Amino acid sequence: MAKKTKKAKRSELTDSGLIDITKRKFRWSDYLAEKIIRGTAFLSITIIILIFFFVFRESMPIFNTAKPEVKTETEKTSGNTQETYGEVTDPATAPGVKGADSTVSDQPELQEQYGDIKDNVIVSDSVKNAAYTVSAGSGHDDNQSALKSLLTKDWVPVSQNPRYGILSLIIGTFKITIISILFAAPLAIMAALYTASFAGKRLKEIIKPTIELLAGFPSVVIGFFALMVLATFLQNIFHYDTRLNSFVGGIAMGIAAIPIIFTITEDALTAVPRTFNEASLALGASKWQTAFFVILPAATPGIFAAVLLGIGRVFGETMIALMATGNAALMDLNPFTSVRTLAATIGAEMAEVVFGDTHYNVLFLIGSLLFIFTFILNAIAEFYVKGKLMKRIQGK
Amino acid sequence: MIHEKIHTENMFLHYGSKLALNDISIQIPEKKVTAFIGPSGCGKSTFLRSLNRMNDLIDGVKIEGKILIDEINIYDKNIDVVTLRKKVGMVFQKSNPFAKSIYENVAYGPRINGVNDRKQLDEIVETALKNAAIWEEVKDRMNDSAMGLSGGQQQRLCIARTLAVNPEIVLMDEPASALDPLSTSKIEELIVQLKEKYTIVIVTHNMQQAARISDLTAFFYLGELIEFDKTKKIFTNPEKKQTEDYITGRFG
Repeated sequence: MAKKTKKAKRSELTDSGLIDITKRKFRWSDYLAEKIIRGTAFLSITIIILIFFFVFRESMPIFNTAKPEVKTETEKTSGNTQETYGEVTDPATAPGVKGADSTVSDQPELQEQYGDIKDNVIVSDSVKNAAYTVSAGSGHDDNQSALKSLLTKDWVPVSQNPRYGILSLIIGTFKITIISILFAAPLAIMAALYTASFAGKRLKEIIKPTIELLAGFPSVVIGFFALMVLATFLQNIFHYDTRLNSFVGGIAMGIAAIPIIFTITEDALTAVPRTFNEASLALGASKWQTAFFVILPAATPGIFAAVLLGIGRVFGETMIALMATGNAALMDLNPFTSVRTLAATIGAEMAEVVFGDTHYNVLFLIGSLLFIFTFILNAIAEFYVKGKLMKRIQGK
Repeated sequence: MIHEKIHTENMFLHYGSKLALNDISIQIPEKKVTAFIGPSGCGKSTFLRSLNRMNDLIDGVKIEGKILIDEINIYDKNIDVVTLRKKVGMVFQKSNPFAKSIYENVAYGPRINGVNDRKQLDEIVETALKNAAIWEEVKDRMNDSAMGLSGGQQQRLCIARTLAVNPEIVLMDEPASALDPLSTSKIEELIVQLKEKYTIVIVTHNMQQAARISDLTAFFYLGELIEFDKTKKIFTNPEKKQTEDYITGRFG
């Protein structure tokens, strides 16, 4: 019966010349546009998931330890000193490495030491190759010891007794991240505050694009600058021993992170309603008081997001880390010692590992770790900003 | 003899090349409610905003003539604008509480003026909220965000915030235009109470409102001050034809 009345109504409508809205039309262009956009979105999500899956899969074999009762190889070779990468624990060799970092060393003795190290490298390279041919057959044993050494501080992937202690890499990464954010965030936020609240129109039009231009600066150039100029400059000021260290690297990465933090912070500050500004000024607040006590707090969620993005940038930064941090996997909290970051380790070593080797797997594990850290960082940002901050600010 | 709080002489205001206020001369008495009425774009809000130099924030505004508050020209070179705005507070058309708690909103003004003693702040906040007739509604939720209040409550909070600085003059730019009748009547009652302590200048589109609450009314039209007199006179027996036309609803 209902059908009948509907039909009757429709004919009634068309008869009377009114616009019929009861018949749904199929719109091709809408349909296509929607499908294409959705397809693209899903494709990008799928690609990210696949990348993560691949990286994680490649790191899986080291967890594959079928036979737990393998003799500890570590004991056998504990006296081994063929450590090539990183490790500059011996104070005598430290200046040698410093010399290697392109400063002109006026002490011939150091040059000699450098030469010695070089010899070592060559020697151990051959040892390394030998080790690979040997280890090819005993994958499980290798994985077992690799897994055991994973949480130690020794990152000595290329030796007769390879140890994959990523703890020092993690600590190094965090150290350098903290240094660079402590350097970059205040600078970028203050610059953004100045640009948003104080700079005149014309000045703003100059400052903003200029700093944003820096965001597209190739990191290799920043790394180069840090390596050649910044390192010497900072060493002359602070007089520390190792020329390339986490401090220099942190500053250089901070330079890379500043434009990102600046841009997003500036946008967040500009988005604060003008009425806040007016209300504060009408209460007899000065420009500075308004900027610091009203505009800045109101933009907190945006600034928080900006800083997190900056952290993400520093975290994954590879080239600057490779060039300016010294790349020694040391584990301490002194900002003036060399460090080796997670990303730089992958960058430096991926090209020379044997496909499918334990070292190869560990590098992929590091990749997964980077992925997971970034994911956690974004999740924190999302939940914190959406949950707590918004609640506080909008009073819901 | 009523003391003149605000006094302008031959004041002109330009937005770029456009003349927005043309030769305004007016004397606004102390501790009275003065209403500015007129159609949209007639310059009444602009005039109000020039009384505490909020127009300084807008590019291209040029002011000639004299604006005297307590016989001091507020556009003199040696005037401290920040202190001027403490003396001449302002409530805006759209309620604009800060994204802070209710308490912090009111405490902000005293704080930037150097009051840091918690006890003293509590006292100021309570008095201001009571004066703005909102204390009873918010006293149990002082630490909640001000953004969670209703529109009418937000506007009264903004009034409390202005009062907390202890100004002498309160400028109100259509404070009730976005509110429902109930909130509006609360604000109107409040304004009538406030005139005992403060000189109040209010811009309104609502002529009944002007008639209800103001002592004096000024009618602006196309950037000119057409007529300024006692409210009773303006609404019952205006001198100028334009005023009469506007009030009776024949134009505007």
